[in-house]
Amino acid sequence: MVSKAASETLTEAAPPPAADGKYLDSNVSGAAKILVVGPLGVGKTTLIGTVSEIRPLSTEASMTRAGARVDPYAGDSGKKTTTVGLDFGRLTIDGDLVLYLFGTPGQQRFLPAWQDLAKGSLGALALVDARDLTASFDALGNLEDLDLPFAVAVNVFPTGPRYDADDVRTALDLLPDTPLVICDARDRASSIRALIALARHLIDLATESS
Amino acid sequence: MTERPEAPRVSAIRPYVITRGRSESEGEPLSWESLVMTAETAFPAALQPEHLAILEHCEGLISVGEVAAHLGQPPSVTQVLLSDLLRWGLIVTRPPIPPAERTDVTMLRKVLHGLESCL
Ligand SMILES: Nc1nc2c(ncn2[C@@H]2O[C@H](COP(=O)(O)OP(=O)(O)O)[C@@H](O)[C@H]2O)c(=O)[nH]1
Ligand SMILES: [Mg+2]
Repeated sequence: MVSKAASETLTEAAPPPAADGKYLDSNVSGAAKILVVGPLGVGKTTLIGTVSEIRPLSTEASMTRAGARVDPYAGDSGKKTTTVGLDFGRLTIDGDLVLYLFGTPGQQRFLPAWQDLAKGSLGALALVDARDLTASFDALGNLEDLDLPFAVAVNVFPTGPRYDADDVRTALDLLPDTPLVICDARDRASSIRALIALARHLIDLATESS
Repeated sequence: MTERPEAPRVSAIRPYVITRGRSESEGEPLSWESLVMTAETAFPAALQPEHLAILEHCEGLISVGEVAAHLGQPPSVTQVLLSDLLRWGLIVTRPPIPPAERTDVTMLRKVLHGLESCL
């Protein structure tokens, strides 16, 4: 259950959003969720922050220490605390559907936490760091185990190698129909385009299965 | 909203105490993306301050995860308290789209068009 796995307190990065943005329009009739997964430092918090219409909420608690051990890029990306746990962002669609984005680390040991999150989610956006494809193996494996449809978004960092889509596909052993896009999580349009690739893929899958 | 006394500092109370030892709500807990809102009912005078504090954050439609964040509470505690309020008819919920509808092409198209209109 999410309630058990996520025992930390959700905190806001900064002062709470203005009250007028706090509540959803009363026309909203339903909520859907999409997971954003990937290794530490890949850009999950950044992507959710750029896309979300509310200040994203996140858990930054006890897992920080454990995360520091497995985040080889913590130094070069200049972050002092690694956000581990959940990021939580919101995007209202067409005025009556609200999309929640849940960012969650990909490691195997977090699998119990996201089994519950995966329940009822439409699909996932798997973020991949072009500098270290192997760091994403766990996250992709988890998605396959959970049978959750996903698209892959490669975040290219300045110190990384030249990006080659075919190499990435091969290295990640992606199915031919799994979308693969380049994404700069710091850029809203780029992040939205990655989510669009996922949405298109979900439509294709749903159309096939019916 | 301003009429009511200041919300109690709920976060200073141990979660276990707040939920009277229940670590889980009866039945399925409301998921983080479930939407909740106060019902159009008068609150009973004898409500626990923790329940009242929640109601003050639910004056409009809002997700369970956001209520927890505004309260500075572990989501698990918020889920238990919200289940109480739901049982007492003091909040209403709009449940998330069920997993079966992952294959609902109409809904997915709506998501797609919504995203495209963000560009
Ligand atoms: N160049 C580049 N940097 C990024 C990108 N996404 C995130 N970053 C940076 O990488 C660092 C880690 O990102 P963060 O979102 O915290 O990663 P998380 O651990 O997956 O949540 C931050 O300093 C971001 O500014 C990207 O797409 N391109
Ligand atoms: Mg993060």
